[in-house]
Amino acid sequence: MNLLRSLFARDTGGTILLALLGLAAVLVPICNLALDPGTPLHVSTYTMALLGKYLCYALLAIAVDLVWGYLGILTLGHGAFFALGGYAMGMYLMRQIGARGVYGNPVLPDFMVFLNWQHLPWFWHGFNWFWFAALMVLLVPGLLALVFGWFTFRSRVSGVYLSIMTQALTYALMLAFFRNEMGFGGNNGLTDFKEILGFPLQADTTRAGLFVASALALAGGYLGCRHITGSRLGRVCRAIRDQEDRVRFLGYRVEDAKLWVFTFSAMLAGIAGALYVPQVGIINPTEFSPLASIEIVVWVAVGGRSTLYGAVIGALMVNYAKSFLTAAMPDAWLFCLGALFVLVTLFLPDGVAGLLRRRKRATTGTAPVLPAAPGETRP
Amino acid sequence: MPATCPFLRPPGAIRHLALLLLICLLLVPVSGRGDEGGFDQGIGLLASRDFSGKAAGIDLLAESGDARAKTILEALLAGRLFHVKKSGRLVVAEKNGRTYLLTDALTSAPAGTAKKRALKKVTINNRLRTGIKSALARLALRDPDPGVRLAAVNAMLSTLNQESIGLLTRLRKEEKDSRVRDALATAIDIGRLRSGDPALRSKALARLDGNLDPVVRNELIRLLDTEKDETVRRQAQATLASIERRIALSGLAETLFFGLSMGSVLVLAAIGLAITFGVIGVINMAHGELIMLGAYTTYVLQQLLPHSIGLALLLSVPAAFLVSGGVGILIEKTVIRFLYGRPLETLLATFGISLVLQQAVRTIFSPLNRSVATPAWMSGMIQINPVLSLTVNRLTILAFAALVFAGLLWTMKKSSIGLQVRAVAQNRAMARAMGVRAARVDALTFGLGSGIAGMAGVALSQLTNVGPNLGQAYIIDSFMVVVFGGVGNLWGTLLGGLTLGVANKFMEPWTGAVLAKILILVFIILFIQKRPSGLFPRKGRAEV
Repeated sequence: MNLLRSLFARDTGGTILLALLGLAAVLVPICNLALDPGTPLHVSTYTMALLGKYLCYALLAIAVDLVWGYLGILTLGHGAFFALGGYAMGMYLMRQIGARGVYGNPVLPDFMVFLNWQHLPWFWHGFNWFWFAALMVLLVPGLLALVFGWFTFRSRVSGVYLSIMTQALTYALMLAFFRNEMGFGGNNGLTDFKEILGFPLQADTTRAGLFVASALALAGGYLGCRHITGSRLGRVCRAIRDQEDRVRFLGYRVEDAKLWVFTFSAMLAGIAGALYVPQVGIINPTEFSPLASIEIVVWVAVGGRSTLYGAVIGALMVNYAKSFLTAAMPDAWLFCLGALFVLVTLFLPDGVAGLLRRRKRATTGTAPVLPAAPGETRP
Repeated sequence: MPATCPFLRPPGAIRHLALLLLICLLLVPVSGRGDEGGFDQGIGLLASRDFSGKAAGIDLLAESGDARAKTILEALLAGRLFHVKKSGRLVVAEKNGRTYLLTDALTSAPAGTAKKRALKKVTINNRLRTGIKSALARLALRDPDPGVRLAAVNAMLSTLNQESIGLLTRLRKEEKDSRVRDALATAIDIGRLRSGDPALRSKALARLDGNLDPVVRNELIRLLDTEKDETVRRQAQATLASIERRIALSGLAETLFFGLSMGSVLVLAAIGLAITFGVIGVINMAHGELIMLGAYTTYVLQQLLPHSIGLALLLSVPAAFLVSGGVGILIEKTVIRFLYGRPLETLLATFGISLVLQQAVRTIFSPLNRSVATPAWMSGMIQINPVLSLTVNRLTILAFAALVFAGLLWTMKKSSIGLQVRAVAQNRAMARAMGVRAARVDALTFGLGSGIAGMAGVALSQLTNVGPNLGQAYIIDSFMVVVFGGVGNLWGTLLGGLTLGVANKFMEPWTGAVLAKILILVFIILFIQKRPSGLFPRKGRAEV
């Protein structure tokens, strides 16, 4: 409790965020379930699912902000961890369909029957239990991040090289998951889910439950990241971001710090993916595409790096704009996204959060303390 | 054209005499073309009442080598050859409603129309049908077109006998075209392999050694199944083994060629990136879109010059260089200039630019792929041997890549702008102190790298469809090449690109195209762990 109080005292943005999240987690389900569709305050199930999706994206953005904003690793492959978490959940949901699929096979999912497979591949075993799938949601992205990070950080690949490597990682995974032989449904992915933990996925109450779970996960993710960044480890991370060599010379194990924070971030992304899949109803290999991963980075850049709550703002803003524009002017979306990349990097290096801070500073008159741009190296 | 007289049906005695004459003629080997007498006699015999007479006529026509024989035999086979009942004139008839449209079989001149009643069909039976087919094949062996002759030789392979070997041997002596002569020799030897004499078989085997024609290999496998003579059998085994060795070698050469071709494309796509990434330390995520712009430049030029696509392609090389280079300089002047020293921000901003360029192309042209035509001098293939052929467009692109690489190397090493670029890359402050305008050099370097991307786009337009996603498909591969080869090292990029291309193609038969690509990516990810600066690390203190 003491920890929480000190946390809130130093972090106005975060406090507001958590308060809003709590409010949403209570109000949105009530407005959806208790109010008549006719009343003006009613929140439709579609809107609630959309908001739930945004919350998952926000959790993903926090995960990226943790490694980019505080560790200086510009990851272009976090979509891979998100998608892996999503696939783990998707596999559980697939097994829950049981004999209700088109082909009515009690064990094999439809696409395997379609491909004429006789047995369930070994890596599908166990996914009929929720606890196992939930474990895999954490373990698979975490393990991949651990192995990738162990190789990469130990050999001191950093900066742009590291970014390209993360992009290659997600690209390779995308190609792999597009293959039917992989046993993950090829380019159709996993879909047609029926129920989760016995609750039908189409029911409003289940949707409301998923929304609350997403809000809680986001709040938990935020608190976890805040805890890390406020700790000694967080200070070392920021030092690594600004002057990696100096930290190493001071005797810190730079690789270890990077590795654990990176793995934690990958697990957060996995959770976000796992909550995303039941609300969206499909997971396919396009989630692995390099574009999807780099979009996450732009959410964080728009919201403002190294603030965590900025990442949430960015994810919500950009995704709302995306939903709006892809419906209203489909051609304009990529123009806007592209322009956002350019304009934010050129004119708004600290994002919306930086803008808010600057205004606050202007009103209170404190001296500006600009954080160094992450990954900055001057020749 | 010889004057043709309409044939009346000859009386029986003359007919038998003619038949006798014909048999004598057949016994004497008929040589030479345009055997006038044989042709006329053959035409006469077609009017015989019995099928044996017709058969003799068909053989005469085939042996005559007359240019008209082919159409007549074909019409006969199709049941369209008739005699006009009154005049006995031989005509080819085409059914036209109720009447028949006639063409004189000998002069090919139109011969009016006639009712069915006025015509008498030249009837044939199944045995004759086979005879006509083989007669047509023999005629084709004497066709003026070498391609037709070649096809005819290959078609004869399944029905070789003593008689046809004799015919082929005679033809070989007269044959001028070397390819047809080789095919004839192969056919004759294959025929001898089927003969009863072991010595003849052995001689044929010796001559067939090293012949890569697939039919030879099949024939040898068949021979091994049936051969009784132990020495010939052993010889056949050795010959087959040597042929298979050569086929494997050719297969290897083909894979190598495809690998080098893929590698050359990778080098073309990556070398511009090697300059912007290596020399001025800028990550240009829009590089793929600059390639795409080059490809679209080719497309537009071909639309402007629809009648001379070859010229359009040649013109599009400098045009694409200018378009992509210009866009590159524009990007440098408006965005990248403000982000020097912040590589991660540059990466994001250029990625944004790439999205804008993609969408712009999608809006201006269409989201659909556009196909760029290949000029005649770039299509087709060069046949090295029966199992190995190289496509000309890939060879051209290989040469083009070499040319671009040499040009770029020369620019960097010998020209004054290259000297300035290297000076700025090595020590910016010192170069500026010596009077190099660093900002201008940055812009020009970026323009150069982008321009080369445009030229890569011209090359790619000849291999794949041109679409808005063209660039995306190559950007990650290009980065892999640059990172693998070592940043800032043109030779490293060349070697890296060719290595990755060849490795990819050699893995494909074992793993399939997609898995090969995945394995290459994983390999590079691991490789970078071991050697973070690529194959050829840059010497000195500079770091990216």
